[in-house]
Amino acid sequence: MTAEETASALVAEARGLATDAVAALTAADTVAELTAARPDLLGKGAPLTGLRRRVGSLAPEDRPAAGRALSEALAEVAARYEARLDELRAAERRRQLEAERLDLTELPERPPVGRLHVISQTQRRLEDVFCAMGYTVAEGPEIETEWHNFGALNFPPGHPARDMYDTLYVDHGPPGSTLLRTHTSPVQVRVMQRQSPPLYVVAPGRCYRQDTADATHMPVFHQIEGLVVDEGITLGDLAGAIETFTTAYFGPGFTSRLRPSYFPFTEPSAEFDVQRPDGTWLELGGSGMVHPSVLEVCGLDPERWSGFAFGFGIDRLAMLRYSIDDLRDLWTNDSRFLEQF
Amino acid sequence: MKVLLSWLREFAPIEGAPEAIAEDLSDLGLAVESMATFAAVSDGIVVARVAGLRPHPDADRIQLVDVDAGDGDLRQVCCGAFNMAVGDLVPLATVGTTMPNGLEIGRRRMRGQHSEGMICSAAELEMGTDAEGIMILPGDLELGEDLTAALGVAGDVLFDLEVNPNRPDALSVVGVARDLAARRGLPFELPEPQVGTVGAPAGESVRVEILAPDLCGHFSVRLLRNAAGARTPPLIGRRLLALGMRPINFVVDLSNYVMLEVGQPSHAFDADLVPGGALGVRRAAEGEQVETLDGAARTLHAGDGVIVDSAEVPIGIAGVMGGASTEISEATETVLLEAAWWNPTDIARTSRRLGLRSEASARFEAGVDPEIAPWALERFAELAAPGGVALAPELVQAHGHLPPRPTVRVRTGRVNAILGTCLTAAEMLACLEPIGFGIAAAEVPPAAAPRSYPGEVWDVTVPSWRLDTATEIDVIEEVGRLWSYSRIARTVPKSPHPGGLTSRQRGRRRVQEALAGFGLTEAMPLPFLAPGDLERCGLPPDGITVTNPLVAEESIMRTSLRPGLLKAVAYNAARRQPGVALFEVGHVHASGDGELPAESDCLAAALAGCEAPAAAALWERLCRAMGFAGIEVRNEATAGMHPTRSAVLVSGGQTLGVLGEIDPAVTAAFDIAERVAWLECDLGRLLEAHIDSPRYRQPSRFPSSDIDLAFVVGEPVPAATVEAALRRAAGESLAWLRLFDVFRDPDRLGAGCRSLAWRLRLQAADRTLTDAEVGEIRAACIAAAEVAGAALRD
Repeated sequence: MTAEETASALVAEARGLATDAVAALTAADTVAELTAARPDLLGKGAPLTGLRRRVGSLAPEDRPAAGRALSEALAEVAARYEARLDELRAAERRRQLEAERLDLTELPERPPVGRLHVISQTQRRLEDVFCAMGYTVAEGPEIETEWHNFGALNFPPGHPARDMYDTLYVDHGPPGSTLLRTHTSPVQVRVMQRQSPPLYVVAPGRCYRQDTADATHMPVFHQIEGLVVDEGITLGDLAGAIETFTTAYFGPGFTSRLRPSYFPFTEPSAEFDVQRPDGTWLELGGSGMVHPSVLEVCGLDPERWSGFAFGFGIDRLAMLRYSIDDLRDLWTNDSRFLEQF
Repeated sequence: MKVLLSWLREFAPIEGAPEAIAEDLSDLGLAVESMATFAAVSDGIVVARVAGLRPHPDADRIQLVDVDAGDGDLRQVCCGAFNMAVGDLVPLATVGTTMPNGLEIGRRRMRGQHSEGMICSAAELEMGTDAEGIMILPGDLELGEDLTAALGVAGDVLFDLEVNPNRPDALSVVGVARDLAARRGLPFELPEPQVGTVGAPAGESVRVEILAPDLCGHFSVRLLRNAAGARTPPLIGRRLLALGMRPINFVVDLSNYVMLEVGQPSHAFDADLVPGGALGVRRAAEGEQVETLDGAARTLHAGDGVIVDSAEVPIGIAGVMGGASTEISEATETVLLEAAWWNPTDIARTSRRLGLRSEASARFEAGVDPEIAPWALERFAELAAPGGVALAPELVQAHGHLPPRPTVRVRTGRVNAILGTCLTAAEMLACLEPIGFGIAAAEVPPAAAPRSYPGEVWDVTVPSWRLDTATEIDVIEEVGRLWSYSRIARTVPKSPHPGGLTSRQRGRRRVQEALAGFGLTEAMPLPFLAPGDLERCGLPPDGITVTNPLVAEESIMRTSLRPGLLKAVAYNAARRQPGVALFEVGHVHASGDGELPAESDCLAAALAGCEAPAAAALWERLCRAMGFAGIEVRNEATAGMHPTRSAVLVSGGQTLGVLGEIDPAVTAAFDIAERVAWLECDLGRLLEAHIDSPRYRQPSRFPSSDIDLAFVVGEPVPAATVEAALRRAAGESLAWLRLFDVFRDPDRLGAGCRSLAWRLRLQAADRTLTDAEVGEIRAACIAAAEVAGAALRD
């Protein structure tokens, strides 16, 4: 065998082995098969790698070319191996992902969404508006003394203004001494007795009256009361506070007005109305300057302190916001009602 | 209070658009509830006479009416009202008329009978609110005449005003006109009635006496002769009708007219039926009787005001209703017309008790002008004179106690300080004088006033029609009212405090939010209970009772949120909405000896379709969300709860609540077919004492070790007891522990036992725990659990 023949034979053999290796790795169908075949194709014991040992036995001048040819063959196999590996990995990923395919519109179970009652939500909105205006939130009992509900608020016994309230009394203490509060105003009295001015509070809560339930009446309803007592508080301050609240709660474009009215515990007294952007009016509630006798009863000197108070219904605001037209719906607890807010 | 613009104009020259007048009235505190402008002509609606009434052959609720509209034809009209009689004049909407509501009147058949037009109620004509019956017109109208023209209200405006209790003066046309004139800077005048007197002075035949001066401020009488057969003047009848008052007879109509005009009610006696012309006023004795005008025999209470005759026999109830024995008739020749001032409180009490409230009693209750009676009596006579009625000379009057009318000291500086205005004294004067207040500079500056204001000090005289005005603040309100609240500059007072919620209020909000986050929806049951509701819940029936409920369902205040939420569960289940998860935060009341019943803020949750563990899990989750700590869940049967699936929440010896499952007998009593897991607790106390303020613990950087321990535990030993023992034994190195497996297998574990397996994660903050340390903790845990009654499973 001549040296030339040996070198060319080696190169030819390398090409043949490379072709075999490429065929083998192409034949592998899975990543596992391919990686298992790697030692036989590219490992130390692989036939193609084994040819390296025979390069040394070639004529020295033939060695570089033969070595190059061998390296090229190996590189070719390695590259084809990597390519095939990528291909198989991609195919496997595709298979895997396809097998995991889901219809995301298939929702057999719908976990419930909890909600707050529309009255709680409305009350919170109102509280938040007033808190941002620097008011704190006060609370008082729903079963009240006759004195806190009427007496301290300048309704002497037999006063005709008591007729404006259809009061429900409860059997506790002497007859007529204890009642279901008809308004949140007794909280004013409790706040003034408990704290010293300056006072900036709102008092939301439940009130009661002797009423037959219908679309616009319930024997129990919700009110929010505001009270400010400080030095130099004026009717202009009341109008300004109402206006600030109106814009903050209802939004820009809503304005307010005060109209003279009568409540025994405020003087001057005023109704306050809100004007919608379309020009229509909404009668919202009552207000006024805290009556000097009420301040006095609560231990505040009316010559030093003055204040204003206002109150309005929460239920109606909730009804207006959501176009609820029957007050009784608020109290049915039908899940078809509760789940809408 | 209804007023007609044409009537107001008799006292002040009020002009301009009705809308602008309404705006002024509202701004004066006389809120306009509604306003109606009468059409110049009521096209097609004419005056007709009822010529015949016949039953409908095939309908009970309709009758056939033959009407005569003056054109020679009798028309048959079907009508659903029955309040008219043959001869009555009624409004007829002829065929082709378009009604105010847009309905076109056509020829119709009703149950087989033809109907040519419609006879109308006041409401259908938008001339009043009375929709009950057909509007009966004054008898002197001409048949076939256009209705608005016939009534003399063409183009007139009717304002319906809401008058506040402190404005008795505004319960009259005169009072409203006075306010409106003052606001508009117009002259206002109450003209003296123009009426002459004839015959013998009244004092010769009439005597009056007040025996109860605290009841009756004055009792004033005029004598009118030649009253028989007098008819109500047409204008008066029309106006009364437009204001929704049906004309009745001459005397009643005039009395009503004067009352509406000036606010003074009056009462007429047939002088021939009053023995000796003597009228007295006293308080009734208990059980005295009087037959009132409506024919009812009324039994009086001691203290009720009565009018008596010379024999001391009651012939009327003061300020409330006259008596039958002296009633006016067509034949009454001589009338004793009485106008009095009654103590408002007395009238309020008597009219309320007898259920007799009238336009007159309402005015006496509010407080009538004590000086207007002579004017009102003469005005009556003036209006009656064209009918031939003659007024006798002399006002016969007796006096009792009238409320004092002290002058009111007013500081002009105080007026501005309360209103937030900078009005000059002259501007204030311009507000007060036109409505009758008199101003004089106070002679001595009020040395007693603790605070002086810049400006003047006045002694203000209050007009007789404003008895409500007694103090400085009342006068300040009048200045503000006449100046207009809308003209007062708005300022916003600045709170020196930061606003916000208390920690308890924030806590309550967080609880609500947490529960909503867990999928529960907030419900709002009524706070009232019906008798038997608490018993149905297995709870003691000790709710506070409402003294005067309208219905029995609202007669008891709740002591627990349970009946309300169970009703809500039942309501939904009955509408094929089972499995609702509801909660409520609300007040409950317990009876007690305090000044007020004990009131507490409670929380309850009902999980329909769930068993007891769902409630326990909910509570555990809520505790974690809120940081509630130190509350023991102790298995214990409680009232109304499933006896073997109930636990109490205990802290420091106090029971804060219950959880578990509602007793099946209770759910059955509420017609609930599902099981209901239940949680209820005193939220107020919980929030006060049990919120753990979180303090940050840095997570350990060192590796952790888990140990799993399975024990056989007798059923009577609560898992919580074993868990607490494990927690204590593991000590500081315990990161967390979880009960991860529970099973029961009598064959392997024996009856009455179960296997409970916990995983404990151990981790030290400052080092890696050694195997030896972990082993020691494990041994300590096993020992502690065994002391607690658990046996390690092999």
